[in-house]
Amino acid sequence: MPVADYIPTIGLEIHVHLKTRSKMFCACATSYGDDPNTRTCPTCLGLPGALPVLNEEAIKMTILTGQLLGAVTPEFCKWDRKNYFYADMPKNYQISQYDQPLVVGGRIPLYDQYFPKHQRGGAGADGVLATVPLTRIHLEEDAGKSTHFGTSSGLDYNRAGTPLMEIVTDPAISTADEAAALLASLRQILVYAGVSDADMERGQMRCDVNVSVRKSAAEPLGAKIELKNINSVAAVRRAIVFEIERQCGELDRGLAQRQETRRWDDERGESTDMRGKEDAHDYRYFPDPDLQPVCTTQWLNEVRARLPELPHALRARFGHDYGLTPYDAGVLTSEPALAAYFEEAAAGSSKAKSVANWIINELLGRLNEGQTDFSANPVSAAALRELVDLVEGGGISGAQAKEVFSEMFATSGAPAAIVQARGFSQVSDTGALDGFVQQVLAANPDLVARIQAGEAKVVNVLVGQIMKASGGKANPKRVSELLAQALG
Amino acid sequence: MPVSLTVSALRASLAARSLSPREAVLAVAAAAASKDSTLGGYVSLTEAEINTALALADKADVTLPLGGVPIAVKDAIAVQGAPLTCASKILRGFVSPYDATVITRLRAAGAIPLGRTNMDEFAMGSSTENSGFFPARNPRDPERTPGGSSGGSATVVDADTAFAALGSDTGGSIRQPASFTGIVGLKPSYGRVSRYGLVAFASSLEGIGPMTKSVRDAALLLQTMAGHDPLDSTSLNAPVPDYLDTLDRGVKGLKIGLPREYFIDGITPGVRAAIEATVQQLAAAGAEIVDISLPHTEFAVATYYIIATAEASSNLARFDGVRYGHRAAQPADLTDLYNRTRAEGFGPEVKRRIILGTYVLSSGYYDAFYVKAQKVRKLIRRDFTEAFSKVDLIASPVTPATAWKLGTFADTPLQSYLADIFTIAANLAGICGISVPCGLSDGLPVGFQLMGPSLAEKNLLQAAQTVESALSPLALR
Ligand SMILES: [Zn+2]
Repeated sequence: MPVADYIPTIGLEIHVHLKTRSKMFCACATSYGDDPNTRTCPTCLGLPGALPVLNEEAIKMTILTGQLLGAVTPEFCKWDRKNYFYADMPKNYQISQYDQPLVVGGRIPLYDQYFPKHQRGGAGADGVLATVPLTRIHLEEDAGKSTHFGTSSGLDYNRAGTPLMEIVTDPAISTADEAAALLASLRQILVYAGVSDADMERGQMRCDVNVSVRKSAAEPLGAKIELKNINSVAAVRRAIVFEIERQCGELDRGLAQRQETRRWDDERGESTDMRGKEDAHDYRYFPDPDLQPVCTTQWLNEVRARLPELPHALRARFGHDYGLTPYDAGVLTSEPALAAYFEEAAAGSSKAKSVANWIINELLGRLNEGQTDFSANPVSAAALRELVDLVEGGGISGAQAKEVFSEMFATSGAPAAIVQARGFSQVSDTGALDGFVQQVLAANPDLVARIQAGEAKVVNVLVGQIMKASGGKANPKRVSELLAQALG
Repeated sequence: MPVSLTVSALRASLAARSLSPREAVLAVAAAAASKDSTLGGYVSLTEAEINTALALADKADVTLPLGGVPIAVKDAIAVQGAPLTCASKILRGFVSPYDATVITRLRAAGAIPLGRTNMDEFAMGSSTENSGFFPARNPRDPERTPGGSSGGSATVVDADTAFAALGSDTGGSIRQPASFTGIVGLKPSYGRVSRYGLVAFASSLEGIGPMTKSVRDAALLLQTMAGHDPLDSTSLNAPVPDYLDTLDRGVKGLKIGLPREYFIDGITPGVRAAIEATVQQLAAAGAEIVDISLPHTEFAVATYYIIATAEASSNLARFDGVRYGHRAAQPADLTDLYNRTRAEGFGPEVKRRIILGTYVLSSGYYDAFYVKAQKVRKLIRRDFTEAFSKVDLIASPVTPATAWKLGTFADTPLQSYLADIFTIAANLAGICGISVPCGLSDGLPVGFQLMGPSLAEKNLLQAAQTVESALSPLALR
């Protein structure tokens, strides 16, 4: 039967590095790119006798994530050991949370801008197109990294013990596009919450995908196939599409599916069996005797007192407060720094929409061209507001404004100084312009007579002369207005 | 200078500058050199370790509470720059890069760590015969065991090759060897003394404690060792009282319970006589003796061996040849490296317990063993809570018999587990306990056990001091 007639069911297990200063169970700094094994101590190296101590910041970040996703944090949670041998894991067990995680339930909103264009319809002013139920979020420690050199391997434990938040969704996703939108939306939320940079390419967010297919909704869920080693949102989309087709093909050929773990090879665009024969790990979870169960009440109260505004709430507010289109509001809320920049530039300006246009069309355009991160934006919000005020107030022409902006972008210069240096400032003042108008009218009685006889286009000749007389600085719009008045 | 001095006496001489810390270190080195080769109390006391101690001695501030006092350390406790092997071949050659919190505290009080004492490998055993290197011997009779797992610490304190030692107690590992060698062994309440730097065998059961020549010395050492440690999440955040100021106040008005489940038929007549005589002395000194019951006692040994082995199977997973310690030669691949390193490095008792612990945590068996054991542990804890609502302290023998001959349980390891019957419950309940010498049976020391509720070390030491002072020193030698 055609692939489109099968019903796929997809669940995600997403691992996120938390942006804490120190590791999950010791005082070592979390780090990227340091020399191997320079960010280690007896605890994260698993030396004999060393003990773990909880990182409260990581706990609060996890609770915060749960709160933002409408989830519940139970009053008590505990820590368990997941036992298996793995050279990257110094203790040969991982401290994790088994049956009493920090966060239970909740839903992840999917934002319309992360769907292909034709699927975007139907979202409200906040851009939320759908939500996916969340099973749980728990906190655990990451392992180190191994590098293989021919016949030997090198182990770097700098990453060992980095706080890792595992976000598990219900198996409630039905398309690859939805899964990709979920990851992108989640990333945006995590960045807003300040808990992670969640960059998949940098390994700060990793994703395992569970896929099963069945022939009809009446059937029970099919065997769960887990895909590992997926390193980008685009790869998640490709892996799911491939896996659905592969499983459908096998079912078509009458091959029953069994639970297994497969490895995604993004270069070859296919998944391969990872664990040979049935090799179900028995992790022998049990409560970690080195860590007491913890009461979450105090942390929960602290977190609730400082909940940040979520992207979709901000998006709805931008539409309402600044009259932005849902698209513009979506672009401007795509990252918190950008949203804050917009609000700072638009504050006190009656031209918020114009500010938005300058940001979206000019600023973001140029940043994209140079593949520059928004954090390296050279134009301050105050400078942008000044530029918008200048052009909207008639101080300079639109064309001049673009030149000024170019220079602002290149040098971080102040718009007023650039305008002055280039001699761009327009003269709009009636008193100043009147002299030029009277002078040109007096010098051209014949043209005035032709205009009064009905040759309207001749006005442009007069405008041209006045512009010339002002040395090009007169505001042409204002000159036309004054001429119209004078000619009655 | 005799190493038979108590720490308190040594302290007085050091403070008066009639002895120097350097002399104290050299005295230990000389005593160990002449006596320890036959007794096996130390697994390591090298020239380099002595030189390190001498350098510390020369800088020691003798006005500090333990200024200039050398202390032997069980080979399960990390001392920076010293070997840390847990008497296991798998850790041979490993040198700790850091200090355990107790060592940091003892150093701050002026003490000098000197010598690594023998033990059952990874503290698994009660005779020190499971040492991966050589057994320790009882100074009272070298054909007999000094007990275990802190047998080396007991040997060196009793043989006067150390002034005092640190041990660790997971199921009686301080109290039983103290009893077998006629010294004082204190197991503090769980969490009273930091476990940071104690190589983990059974994390929820064990703790570090002093093994000394007198009750006063135990109090003196505990005073420095006790207290909250931010590096150990299970350490108790409670103020540390003065353990010395009430030490001589006696037992008048204290209620001492005798649990009927601890006075069973298996106790040898000599042990029974010594314990009963001591109880009478306590009564004569003004204690009120009360019969009590700890009804779940019979389940303690089984409960202990499920919980302890479960935790051990996970705690010992890190010894795999990848990062430190022994590594099998020419491994074919990672699995071969793990398999052969652990096969070569661990002794039979350690392997037995890892396998037991892996089994009780396995899916399908977890509820029947581990979960059930945790439930029984709660009942045992409740037994003590109820008992301590009626009495201040509980008294009992430490062991049913005196030190056995080496090799007695070589073929019947499970039988030796049963010898821990009177000490194990205190670990399951997290309470404090002490073994104090109370007489001899056929020339071998008998230990008197006192147990108190969590954090009741002050009462415990006070009563132990009464027992100690009621006995003439001749009754112990
Ligand atoms: Zn560390």
